Amino acid sequence: MESDFTPPIGKISNIKGQCISLIGNDIDTDRIIPARFLKCVNFDSLGESVFEDDRKTLKGKHPFDLEENKNASLLVVNSNFGCGSSREHAPQALMRWGIKAIIGESFADIFYSNCIAIGIPCFTLPKKSIEEIQNYYCNNQSLLLEIDLKNSLAKSKDLNFNLEIKESSRKMFLSGEWDATSTLLDNKNLIENKFNQLPYIKFNTNFL
Amino acid sequence: MSQDTLFDKVWDLHKVSSLPGGSDQIFIGLHLIHEVTSPQAFGALKDKKLKVKFPDRTVATVDHIVPTDNQSRPFKDNLAEQMIETLEKNCLEHKIRFFNIGSGNQGIVHVVAPELGLTQPGMTIACGDSHTSTHGAFGSIAFGIGTSQVRDVLATQTLAMNKLKVRQIWCDNKLSKGVYAKDLVLHIINKLGVKAGVGFAYEFAGPAIHELSMEERMTICNMSIEGGARCGYINPDEKTFSYVKNKLYAPKNEHWDRALRWWESLKSDENSIYDDVIKLDASKVEPTVTWGITPGQSISINQQIPLLDELSPNDKLVAEEAYEYMSFKPGQLIKDTPIDVCFIGSCTNGRISDLRVAAEVLKGKKVSKNVKAFAVPGSEKVATEAKQEGLDQIFKDSGFQWREPGCSMCLAMNSDKLIGNQVSASSSNRNFKGRQGSPSGRTLLMSPAMVAAAAINGKVSDVREFIN
Repeated sequence: MESDFTPPIGKISNIKGQCISLIGNDIDTDRIIPARFLKCVNFDSLGESVFEDDRKTLKGKHPFDLEENKNASLLVVNSNFGCGSSREHAPQALMRWGIKAIIGESFADIFYSNCIAIGIPCFTLPKKSIEEIQNYYCNNQSLLLEIDLKNSLAKSKDLNFNLEIKESSRKMFLSGEWDATSTLLDNKNLIENKFNQLPYIKFNTNFL
Repeated sequence: MSQDTLFDKVWDLHKVSSLPGGSDQIFIGLHLIHEVTSPQAFGALKDKKLKVKFPDRTVATVDHIVPTDNQSRPFKDNLAEQMIETLEKNCLEHKIRFFNIGSGNQGIVHVVAPELGLTQPGMTIACGDSHTSTHGAFGSIAFGIGTSQVRDVLATQTLAMNKLKVRQIWCDNKLSKGVYAKDLVLHIINKLGVKAGVGFAYEFAGPAIHELSMEERMTICNMSIEGGARCGYINPDEKTFSYVKNKLYAPKNEHWDRALRWWESLKSDENSIYDDVIKLDASKVEPTVTWGITPGQSISINQQIPLLDELSPNDKLVAEEAYEYMSFKPGQLIKDTPIDVCFIGSCTNGRISDLRVAAEVLKGKKVSKNVKAFAVPGSEKVATEAKQEGLDQIFKDSGFQWREPGCSMCLAMNSDKLIGNQVSASSSNRNFKGRQGSPSGRTLLMSPAMVAAAAINGKVSDVREFIN
């Protein structure tokens, strides 16, 4: 699986894929990737361990194990998804499993930042709309959605939604500048100026 | 939008630029790193052919994976050994100060930085760990970041972030005897919910907060993230300044006077504007214990586990999941729940004052024969101080195992783990499914004093019965 993985790069404007629905509030990053898998110096083999303990408990019935979800790439979740630990290993594991975007009622702050930083757009929808998607998926066992980031729309044969995403994130994906390092480095001089202005840099002489 | 709060002031002071799309570029005054979330960031620097921009402003220690029984090298666990070696190599190569095991200054990163005087009022502090909010206790703006953001801080000493809203949590009166900062913060998270803080920084204020020691304030800010708030802080005061004074990296002599003058000017204005204000009465808080699988699912020691009907529609789904996972029945009392393992430690409650309080309860008593109990000091400094005070002996005499410093069973990345569906009474911060190392292990969060009481009785107990 890992050898097929190529991380996203450049502009992200359209994402088309099968939905995978994961029902539950407050799903934390320890569940997405248990701590024992954090003993690694790269992210390469995390994909296979995503939701490891939940999947073992459900013995093949976890959404990430179902045959019909094998090629899914749009994860649909409920509220406060990704709460808890700041481990970027969580979105990295989801991405390496095949997730390209997430639609949910709400996301934990650090998880959201981590997703944006690695090229996984996270969209929010009201609870009612998420339930509509989850019900549709439950009844039909399949939902192919097309996300148009420029207009913040999600379209399918039967359902259409106006997605919400932070404007700063939307613009970064459309321009391809979501990998922040180079944008931040553009302001090299401003960073130096700021460093020199901060009061505590001057009185923390024994810091250096 | 908030105005003139400490958060606004520190944010504006550190703002480097407005980025396209509406986020801000923020300078990070202190960057803390550890072995788990940094290796991939250093790897990314290498890929991008970048250097660490301000190596002096990053400080490293090792905490998550360290064994607490035998710390001799190489570690028995090859993967753990590989991680510490990687951190050693990266710090050496990039000239980053590293507090390794045996340096006298190693420990949990959020225990170490304050005790060394690295954490100071008015700073921005980032670390690849969600409990970085701890440092907000000093009136700094501190938050957890992921590995890509660790890379950004290493490469640029800045981060791209959206400014947070500010919610003031005003705590009136003061905590009663036998009730601790941990109880207060669990109570706050229960009242507000685990996602109320999303998009917010929490300002903890009011007489009850003012009354708390610096270590208790750290406990409160530490768990902001469990309420969804990436950042939590307390306006600095005399207690803050005297805690920092004379610490290894605190400003000295004339620099101290300059620092103090600046710090004294740093606080939310009296007429500052908040996005939201919540008030609560701290004197009403009782010893609090979690019964579920989120830190918001807590009750007072004498309460019953809530019935489904008593919960809001949004809380029902996760409550049903919690009853099943924890094998609790709605309406059951939490008191007298049998305990298998007791853990005192973590960045929430692994400081010297936590060990003192627990030792006070344990003194002259024995741990129940059914309980495996262990105490893990938050840092080498805490361990040394505890030994000087004879606390280690009190723990050992009672039947506790006394271990070496590290994160240990808070997240069980070393060999300190629950087995099967054991129930633990834990002074840590998360009761998530599987958090303490067993996929079916069950965690009850409580104060260190309550953990000590549970250890003696072998079941969840009211510590107030021990201290009167």
